[in-house]
Amino acid sequence: MTTTIDTPAGAGEAMVLNMGPQHPSTHGVLRVALELDGETLISAKPDIGYLHTGIEKSCEAKTYSQAITLTDRMDYLSPLSNNLCYCLAAEKLLGLEVPKRAQYVRVLLAELTRIASHLVWLGTHAIDLGAMSVFLYCFREREEIMKIFEYVSGQRMMTSYFRIGGLALEPPAGWLERVKAFVDAFPPHLKEYEDLLTENRIWRVRTMGVGVISPKDAIAWGVSGPSLRAAGVAYDVRKYYPYSSYDEFQFEVPTRTESDCYARYLVRLEEIRQSMSIVKQAMAKMPAEGPIKTDAPGIVPPQREKMKTEMEALIYHFKIFTEGFSPPPGQVYQRVESPRGEMCTYMASDGSPKPFRVKFRAPSFVNLQALPLLCTGRLVADAVACIGTLDIVLGEIDR
Amino acid sequence: MAETVETKVNPVAARLTAWDSGAIAGTETYRGELTVTVARENLQRVASFLHSDPELEFDYLSDLTATDHLPNEPRFAVVYHMLSIRHRHTLRMRTWAPGTDPSVATVTTIWPTANWHEREVFDLFGIRFEGHPELTRILLPADWEGHPLRKDYPTEGHR
Repeated sequence: MTTTIDTPAGAGEAMVLNMGPQHPSTHGVLRVALELDGETLISAKPDIGYLHTGIEKSCEAKTYSQAITLTDRMDYLSPLSNNLCYCLAAEKLLGLEVPKRAQYVRVLLAELTRIASHLVWLGTHAIDLGAMSVFLYCFREREEIMKIFEYVSGQRMMTSYFRIGGLALEPPAGWLERVKAFVDAFPPHLKEYEDLLTENRIWRVRTMGVGVISPKDAIAWGVSGPSLRAAGVAYDVRKYYPYSSYDEFQFEVPTRTESDCYARYLVRLEEIRQSMSIVKQAMAKMPAEGPIKTDAPGIVPPQREKMKTEMEALIYHFKIFTEGFSPPPGQVYQRVESPRGEMCTYMASDGSPKPFRVKFRAPSFVNLQALPLLCTGRLVADAVACIGTLDIVLGEIDR
Repeated sequence: MAETVETKVNPVAARLTAWDSGAIAGTETYRGELTVTVARENLQRVASFLHSDPELEFDYLSDLTATDHLPNEPRFAVVYHMLSIRHRHTLRMRTWAPGTDPSVATVTTIWPTANWHEREVFDLFGIRFEGHPELTRILLPADWEGHPLRKDYPTEGHR
């Protein structure tokens, strides 16, 4: 929160305009200091930190299991992706293998999260550029996904459903029917959005050729996710470093080469289709029964029934929830493809029950850094399109 | 921190050692992840080689961060995570900085994306990055005192 702009020498015409921290198109609490010549941007400096809550510091004061709830609150539009990234890192540190059924449930829910997140992006991006009805439609469909999350985990948003070693609890009976109902009903809605936007003249003028970044710059500045793939770089963590059985699924990684706001729109829409396909495959693969937690006494809480009959199970339960468990000393790095890009958890253990260090690589943090490259030299209105197209969530930027 | 060492020759480690074994202070593999430790004075030279060598081509810096090993000396480790878009291999590079007036060289000239990451480490750990174009606090207010991610900074903050 320290960004200042000095008035450039000799440029008496330049004006500094603060966009945010309270501004509807900054999608949270972001301030961008715009330096203007007339209505043309000479520079744009993002200023972040307004939502900093010290999540990484808090992780060090909690046991490995307790810290999961903090991850929900970073990228609040895709909590399950964060849960997954954190749990996979802890599992790698512990050397745990998660049962297949739990892996498929994770994949299915992570892809539903991606769809929900892209819907929020599409709706808010469209409303920023003046298309009101798309926003209402997107939130209508997102609500159906939220209902599935609530049915499965008990929470719409702060799910904390993935736990170290598997899932929090057995998914309720009939949950797959609800997923199927959504998957069946969704494709016509997707077409509705496309009918409203893809050939819409205003939409095309506002997004085509706006916010272009070269593939070389995108890599150098660490841009990831749909924004990188719209520049023609097919880096998708699910393909590069498969996790949670993603290598068993058939899906394409959509790319474009135009690298403008419109290309990023097309990439995200295609990603929604690919996610739908993965969800269907996961439903087909899903065993009807089977363990949802790995068998690791002392790390994964025992079943309730066992606690009533077995002394050891009761002891483990008590120990897990009082002192936690202690992974061996070491450090791991886990990458996942969140809806916003490459989400990573760096976790270091010193052999105590609390993490020595947890660092989250928030894709929005890195993508936002490239904002000046996207909008310098363009109009103020284009800055709104550029911020929207990066799909940032300030919760994970500031952590 | 003690680390389990697995015996497996990693092509990235082999390439680095063949280039200049003196520049690498140590390599270790844990859970299949390679960590290369580099002396502070060699940091920029090694980073530049990692980025430009056609066999390695680590063109994508995922992030960089630090860890505080109080009361050990050297106290701080600065940790870099990178990958190669073309070759798909990954690497963790680590360098150590002392507890008093900690500083390491910037890598923003090699990977521009390091800019905000280095500012974040400066903000939360108080490690300076020599040659950084704009080393100011990024998440906390400019007048904030202390560096919260240091181990001697209480979780509840100073009262």
